[in-house]
Amino acid sequence: MQISFKWLQSMVECNASPDEIAHRLTMAGLEVEAIEPFQFGLERIVVGRIQDMDKHPHAEHLQVCKVEIPDNIFKVVCGAPNVAVGQIVPLALDGACLHNGAEVRSSEIHGVLSQGMLCSERELGLGKDASGIMVLDANLCLGSPLAAALQLDDLIFYVGITPNRADCLSVVGIAREVAALFGEKLSPPTISLKESGPPVESLSSVKIEDPDLCPRYAARIVQNIKIKPSPLWMRQRLEAQGVRAINNIVDVTNYVMLELGQPLHAFDYHRLDENRIVVRRAQPNETFVTLDGQKHQLGADMLLICDASRGVALAGIMGGLNSEITPETKTVLIESAYFQPTGTRRTAKALGLSTESSYRFERGVDPEGVIAALDRAAQLMVELSEGELASGRLDVYPLPIKLEPVELRISKTNSFLGTALSREEISKHLESIQLKVSSAGEDFLVVDPPSFRADLTREVDLMEEVARLAGYDLVPSASPVARLASAKQAEDQVIRHYSKETLVSLGFCEIVSYSFITPRAMELLRLKDNDRRRQLLPLRNPLSEDQSVMRTSLVPNMLEAAARNQRQNNFNLRLFELSKVFFPKEGDELPEERFNLCGWLSGLRRPPGWNDTSQSVDFFDAKGAVEALLMNLGIRDLRWSEKAPAPYLNPQAAARIYAADLHLGDLGEVDRDVLENFALKGPAYLFDLDFDLLLEKTVSAKKFQPLPRFPAVNRDLAIVVSDTVAAQDLLDYLEKHRPQYAESITLFDQYRGTQVAKDRKSLAFRITYRSEERSLTDLEVNDIHTALSQKVVDAFEAQLRS
Amino acid sequence: MMKQEIDTLLQETLDRLARLEDAQELEKLRIEVLGRKGEIARLFKQLGASPAEERPTLGKLLNEARLRLENAFQEAKLQTGAASPRVSGLDISLPGRLPYLGHLHPITKVSMEITEIFQRLGFEVVEGPDVELDYYNFEALNIPKDHPARDMQDTFYVTENIVLRTHTSPIQVRVMEKQPPPVRIIAPGKAYRCDSDMTHTPMFHQVEGLVVDKDVSFGDLKGVLTIFVHQMFGQDVDLRFRPSFFPFTEPSAEVDIRCVICRGEGCRVCSETGWLEILGSGMVDPEVFKMVGYDPEEVTGYAFGMGIERIAMLKYGINDLRLFFDNDLRFLEQF
Repeated sequence: MQISFKWLQSMVECNASPDEIAHRLTMAGLEVEAIEPFQFGLERIVVGRIQDMDKHPHAEHLQVCKVEIPDNIFKVVCGAPNVAVGQIVPLALDGACLHNGAEVRSSEIHGVLSQGMLCSERELGLGKDASGIMVLDANLCLGSPLAAALQLDDLIFYVGITPNRADCLSVVGIAREVAALFGEKLSPPTISLKESGPPVESLSSVKIEDPDLCPRYAARIVQNIKIKPSPLWMRQRLEAQGVRAINNIVDVTNYVMLELGQPLHAFDYHRLDENRIVVRRAQPNETFVTLDGQKHQLGADMLLICDASRGVALAGIMGGLNSEITPETKTVLIESAYFQPTGTRRTAKALGLSTESSYRFERGVDPEGVIAALDRAAQLMVELSEGELASGRLDVYPLPIKLEPVELRISKTNSFLGTALSREEISKHLESIQLKVSSAGEDFLVVDPPSFRADLTREVDLMEEVARLAGYDLVPSASPVARLASAKQAEDQVIRHYSKETLVSLGFCEIVSYSFITPRAMELLRLKDNDRRRQLLPLRNPLSEDQSVMRTSLVPNMLEAAARNQRQNNFNLRLFELSKVFFPKEGDELPEERFNLCGWLSGLRRPPGWNDTSQSVDFFDAKGAVEALLMNLGIRDLRWSEKAPAPYLNPQAAARIYAADLHLGDLGEVDRDVLENFALKGPAYLFDLDFDLLLEKTVSAKKFQPLPRFPAVNRDLAIVVSDTVAAQDLLDYLEKHRPQYAESITLFDQYRGTQVAKDRKSLAFRITYRSEERSLTDLEVNDIHTALSQKVVDAFEAQLRS
Repeated sequence: MMKQEIDTLLQETLDRLARLEDAQELEKLRIEVLGRKGEIARLFKQLGASPAEERPTLGKLLNEARLRLENAFQEAKLQTGAASPRVSGLDISLPGRLPYLGHLHPITKVSMEITEIFQRLGFEVVEGPDVELDYYNFEALNIPKDHPARDMQDTFYVTENIVLRTHTSPIQVRVMEKQPPPVRIIAPGKAYRCDSDMTHTPMFHQVEGLVVDKDVSFGDLKGVLTIFVHQMFGQDVDLRFRPSFFPFTEPSAEVDIRCVICRGEGCRVCSETGWLEILGSGMVDPEVFKMVGYDPEEVTGYAFGMGIERIAMLKYGINDLRLFFDNDLRFLEQF
C-alpha cells in the first residue's frame, strides 16, 4: 500500500527521518519495501518575479515581462490582465508540460521572442481560476521549482501489509503504529458536523434483510451539493496514494477510505427508487451492471445493495451504473457499512472483481469505525460541495460485533518468547497500541482489544504483539537444547543421492526440469494408446498448454534439455535427471508419485583432445553407464531383452533392462523420428529407469569377501558360432555349466570378418580358475577347460578358434 | 687400505658433483661411480679379497657410501632437471587428457548443504508428495478456504481438493499426524505456484524445518537459525529477525541477512536496503497443533522454510532465476 509521508505526518508528530520511521515500521512487521519521491508534475516550472514590463510593440493587449530568477532573466510575452511588476509568479520554462498536456516552447509572438510562459492556476492544474496569472506568495524562494515551493512534493512509503493487519490499510492505521513505536501522540482528523438539513429519517430508510452478510449499515444524506473538482490539497493526497481524482463527492469517499480505512459509497439519492436502501442477497439469475459498465450474473450468496426495486451496488465491491454520481447530482446518500469478510471475498473472487473496497472488507474493517468514517465523509462533502447535511444518521446494526477480552499469562509469555519481560513492560507495550490492559491476579493480564484489532483473539496473538513491539532483537538467541534422538536418514534418500554421485563420477551432469509437460509429449515419444504413461494428470489452471499436465516420464524434458544444448552447439552431452513422475488415480485420491532416472548420451566418447581420435558414443557406452550404476547399487541378475523395445528408441539398438523378471526400464538409441520431433541431432542414447523399482533390488549392505590366498589360472575360450547366437546365450550356458574352480567368466572379444565364415562370428571368453585350498596345476586346469570347451562346441555347433 | 679408498671416492665424487650443472655429465659421472662396472662395483669385488675379519666393517662402510652417493645423485638430478633440455620430446605443457567431469545441479548441491547443516544438529530428513491435498497444503496450516492469506500463494489446482503444493509446509502436518512429539525434521522438495516472470518460476525448491518439544521458545528459533546462517554464509554475516505473518506461525519472523553482494551498503540485489530476505519462520500456531492433535499447552515449536534457488543465487552470485531450469551445460558445468 502507498502511504503519503506528508499525510502521515499530519496525524503523528514525529521528528525522526523518513528512513528511521521506515526502519522502525519494518522492524515492527510493517515492511516498508521502498520509499520513493512523489512529484506532482510541474517539472520545469519555477518561481519567478516580474522585474519589469513593457507593452508589446505589435500587439496591444500583450505585455513583454522581464521575469527574474537568480542569475537569469527571461523575456516572456504575457496577455493576462492582472500581470504587474513586482509579482511573484509561476514561470514555465522550455519543455514544461501544462495541465492540458501542452508543452511550453520558446517562440516568437508577434515578432517578439517569448522565452517561456506565465501560468494561471488552471493551466497548472492547481485550481480552476483561469482569469489571470497565478500570483504566488511573496516570500517564496525565487528560482525554486514550483512544486517544492508550494510543498506539493512528497515521499511515498510502499508498505507491505500482511493479511492479518487490516487495521493498517489506512493512513491513520500506519500513524497509530508510528505513534506507538516512537511514543508520540496520535492526532486523527477531528470531525465537526453542521447538520442544517431535515432529519434523515424523513428522507430515507435502511433495511437489512441478510444481517449474516451485512451486520451493520449506516448512511447520511447531503442535499443541494455542487459537483466540482476537489481542491488541490485533496487531489494531491489522492494522487500521492495512487488514486485518480474524479469529483468532490467521489473523491471524498476515496479520501476517507485512504484516511481511515473504511470504504464508502456515494449514491445519487434521486436515482434511488423510493430513495431508500434494502440490503439483501441477490435473487437467482439476477444481473447487475457495475459502474465500469460490466454486466455480472449474480449468484444466490452475493450481497446486493438495493433500492425499492433493484440492485444499486455490489455490496462492498463496486457501485452500480444506475445510481452513480453524475455532474447533475444534487443529493447524495453516503453508505458506510461492515460487510462480512468471507462473503465479500467469495463474491469478489467469483466475479473476478477486486477493488480497493473489496480488499479492505475481505480483511475486515473496523465495525465501530463505520460511524466515524461516515461522519468524516459528511463533513468533507459539506465543506467541498457547499451542501447541506440532513440531521442525524441511519444506523442499522442488527448483529453487534464484540471482541472478547483475552487473558495473557506473564510467565507463559516469557517462556514462550524466551524473554524476561516484567509485567509493567508487557502492559506498556500493549497499551501503546491502544489495548486496554487490566490485572487479573499475579500472573494474569486481561486485555481488551480495540474494535479495529479483530485479529487479536488469543493469548498467542498478544504474545506476538509484545514481541514485535519490544523488538525481535530483544529476544536473546538461545543455544538449542534438545533431547538426542536418532536422526536417521531414510534409505531411499541415501540411495538416490549415492546414485546421483555415481552418475556424476561417470561424467554425467545433473539437470532439473519442470514437473509439467505438454500433453502432446507422449505422442512425440510415440507411446502406444494403452501405455500407462498416456494417462496424464492435467492441471486446472496451467500457465500454458506446454506446461499443462504432470509428467509421467522424464524423457520429454530430457530431450528438450538436450535440444537446448545442441542449439548452443554443445553436442557432447551426458545428462541425467532423477526426479518424480506422476500417475493419476481415480477421483480425489492423490496420484502415485514415483522416482524415475533418465540419462542421455551423445557426441564423443571422450572430450575432444589434442591427440585423441575419439569416437562417437554408442549403445555400449550407454549400457556400460547403466551397468556401472546398477552394479554399484549391488543389483544382480541383470538381463537385457530386445523384445518390445520402448517406442521412442530405435528397435535395432534398444533393450529392456531387467533385474531377474522385474522390468526396470529401457535403454537404447533414440529413434530418428523422435529426434526430429524434438529438433535433435543423433546419434544419441537414452536410458530411462523406474528408480523406485531399482530401490527394491538395491543391496546396500556390503559384505566383505576374503582375498584369495592361492594364485589363479586364466584360460581363454575362443569359439566360432552362428551369427544368430547371442553373447548372452553363451554366457548363460557357461554359467549354467560352470565347471569346478571357475571363479569368473567374462566375454572379452567379438570378431566378425575374413578369418571366420560368413554368417559366423567368433566370441572369446576368459575363464579364471582358482581353488580356495591350494594352487592348481596346469594339468588339471587343462583337463577341466578342455571338457568345458567341448561341451560348448557340441551345444552351439561351434568350432574352437585357435 | 680399502677404507681410505672408499673415503677418497666418496669425497671426490661429492666434490665433482657439486661443480656439475649439466644433466648429461651428471649421468656420465653416475655411471662412472655407481654404474654396473663403476667404482663402487669394483670396490665390492675387491671386498672378497680383503681379510675376513675386516669384511663386515668394510662392507658396511661401502654400503653406506653407496647409499650416500645415490642420494646425492638423486638430489643433484632434481636440481639440474629444470634447466636440462627435454630428452624424450615429451611436452608436458600439452593439456592432459580429461575424462568427462560430471556435476550435480546447483539446486541439489545447495539443498544437500542446507539439510546437512540441520542434520548435524540432529534433524531428520523427511519428504512428502508434490501433489497434495488442499487440506495439508492449506486447511491444516490454518489457511481456510476464502481466507485472504490464500492470495499470498497462486495455486495450481488439479481438482477442487487437490493442488500442487505451494510450499513444503504440508510435510510438517503429515509428520505430526504420524508421530507424537518431540519432532525435529528438515524437509526438502519441489513446490509450485502459477507465476512466471523474471523472479518467479512455476516450479521451485524449498527446505522446510520443524521442531516441536516441551518448552521450545522463540529464542530457540533465533538460536538455531543463527547457527544455520553462520554455517551457510559465514560466521561474520549479520542477520536480523523481522516480524511478519504466516497463517501457520505466530509470532512469525522473516530472517534477513546483511547483503552478501554490497556488504550492507545498498545495491540492486538488496533493493538498496542492505538486507536480503532469505527465509520465513515462526512459532507454530496453536491452531496447527490442534489440527494434528497436539496440545498447545503441553508443547511448543518453531518452523521455518526457505527457497533453495534464492540461497543458491546468493551463494554463487547467479543473477537469473531461469538459468536453473534451462539446463544449459555452460551453466551446469560451473558447479
